[in-house]
Amino acid sequence: MSRVTKFAGRDPGPGARVAGFMAHLRAHGFALGVAETGTALAALGAVKASDPSEARAALRAVCAGRAEDVDRFDALFDSFWMDAGRVRQKTVPSDKTNKSDDMRSSRKDAGETEAEGTGKIHAPGGSGGGEVESDGTGRLVASDVKNLMKKDLRDLVDPEDIRKAEAVALRLGQALRDRRSRRRKAARRGWAVDFRRTIRKAVATGGVPLRLARRTRPDRPVKIVALCDVSGSMLVYARPFLAFLAGLMRADANSDAYLFHTRLVRIAEALREEDPMRALNRVTLMAEGIGGGSCIGGALEHFAATYARRFANGRSVVIILSDGYDSDPPEHIAAGLEALKRRGCRIVWLNPLKGWKGYEPIARGMAAALPYLDLFEAANTLEALASLDQKLGAI
Amino acid sequence: MTYLDLQKDLAEQGYVASDDLAMALHLAVTLGRPLLLEGAAGVGKTEVARALAAARDTRLIRLQCYEGLDAAQAIYEWNYQRQLLAIQASGKTGKEAEAQIFSEDYLLERPLLQAIRQDTPPVLLIDEIDRADEEFEAYLLEVLADFQITVPELGTITAKSRPLVVLTANGTRDLSDALRRRCLYAHVDYPDRKTELAILDARCPGLSAQLSGQIVGFVQDLRKEDLVKKPGVAEMLDFAAALAGLGVADLTEDPAALMAAMATLLKTEADRGAVPAEVAQRLAGRAA
Repeated sequence: MSRVTKFAGRDPGPGARVAGFMAHLRAHGFALGVAETGTALAALGAVKASDPSEARAALRAVCAGRAEDVDRFDALFDSFWMDAGRVRQKTVPSDKTNKSDDMRSSRKDAGETEAEGTGKIHAPGGSGGGEVESDGTGRLVASDVKNLMKKDLRDLVDPEDIRKAEAVALRLGQALRDRRSRRRKAARRGWAVDFRRTIRKAVATGGVPLRLARRTRPDRPVKIVALCDVSGSMLVYARPFLAFLAGLMRADANSDAYLFHTRLVRIAEALREEDPMRALNRVTLMAEGIGGGSCIGGALEHFAATYARRFANGRSVVIILSDGYDSDPPEHIAAGLEALKRRGCRIVWLNPLKGWKGYEPIARGMAAALPYLDLFEAANTLEALASLDQKLGAI
Repeated sequence: MTYLDLQKDLAEQGYVASDDLAMALHLAVTLGRPLLLEGAAGVGKTEVARALAAARDTRLIRLQCYEGLDAAQAIYEWNYQRQLLAIQASGKTGKEAEAQIFSEDYLLERPLLQAIRQDTPPVLLIDEIDRADEEFEAYLLEVLADFQITVPELGTITAKSRPLVVLTANGTRDLSDALRRRCLYAHVDYPDRKTELAILDARCPGLSAQLSGQIVGFVQDLRKEDLVKKPGVAEMLDFAAALAGLGVADLTEDPAALMAAMATLLKTEADRGAVPAEVAQRLAGRAA
């Protein structure tokens, strides 16, 4: 039996099927617009569309936009076009309510886990009691009941903190300007001559460049990437740090934030929620296990190998907020930081313990990290963070 | 023409393309869309453009991107010295002089302008686009969509023929969705064993089948090691050339020569340290 999906007789034709396939991909997180549907049809016209392998390769070239898409594409293609000969009733979703029924195949596909994650996430009201607000979705309610023991971040941070932290983050962002750009822009007092404008002015003086126009390097904001340790030993300091992360996300659209304890979670998207308290709710839900053990090395290595490849570069300053007490062997911290250094990032480690009298970085993890740090400072309050702008500006 | 024809044409130029890559190239040619190639350094992304230009017997125009690349280096520039001389020589001022010096005669074409002013469609290679700034990437969107360039003093220059654009990136920075959406996409990976053998045969036809099998096996195993810079296809070819130059007929026979030839494969101190002579011997033994 052919594996190719059969389509219902009333189906409007190939155009609609391709549109349906595009909707299927879109529902699974592919960034595709209307224009791509046209391109996809044109592409199928340029190959032998009846041959599944050619159609697959052609659609992959059109629809996938990055390496991860390529990896997921095959499963999604199979679930739409190669559905073991089952009849697909509708090709195009008519409205939002029945979309997921039509587009999801019962087969397990690789993209499933990330799909349909567009709805707002609501946390249960308050930290105790286990009472659930009626507008929570089924899946999240279930995860909440499981995590009643979890620390709710809203107990730690209030909106006032976040507002203050926003100001701090703005200040740090301004301190971290990058003047290394090779791009030039017109300026009144720059150090390079702007030939085009100079010649224009010289036309008026018969070709004698009397007034030199200038160009200079523009200031560029640096992207801040913050990694915050929320293991048990760090929980007492979580208040300013979480506020800082939330404020940072609000102050600078380019910044990026992660939490780690025994694993690493990217919280940048969640923290960008309009309502700061709801943002913390989302983070609480994502970062299950807050206040547990700590694997700094593992988290850093994971970060360097995955997110950093996409989000960190020579214009990034990676700020690590941690006390350096690590259950992983210290080599992991060193390896992770070295990989980050190779990407050209500057690394700042803020250790709340460093403010203590007589503190020595003798924790093995901390000692292993030291050679890779551009700045190693104490910071355990928002005020301390704010006072760092001078030092950060110098790195 | 089908993608198989294109694949064959590329093979004649010494480039062995996978089915997926050939299909993406075929679509880029037939639909006139830019093609974005991503993959690790050394998998042969740049080479694709070169082979494509050769296969279609057309010019290859290359724009190497770097941080700070701007219009003056990518699109056009005025010939300032000649402009100054021209104003002084003519003795004209004001509008007349301006009209004279901002004309085609004083325009220096840079790759993008050059590419859209060719009579026969060239292959335009925009290499390592992820090294250029976001501003430049945004500018490219316009060029790639309309194939026209505006020079303020001259007006809009529309393409005589649509170049075939190949962009490459290897993950220095994440590219914008806008750019990705305008391009067809193919991910280029290190070639599999069979493909890499075919590449080696095409480029170094003199090698014995046994040695080329060993070379490819060795390099493929080496890529599985934990290295900072994994050796690419070009490095593999250098390695083969080095071995041929040293007169090695079997990888296991001369450890000293093997280590000497490894200089073509391992390009950092750390990687040299990671593959000492014993490890190299073991890998060579496995490949044999």
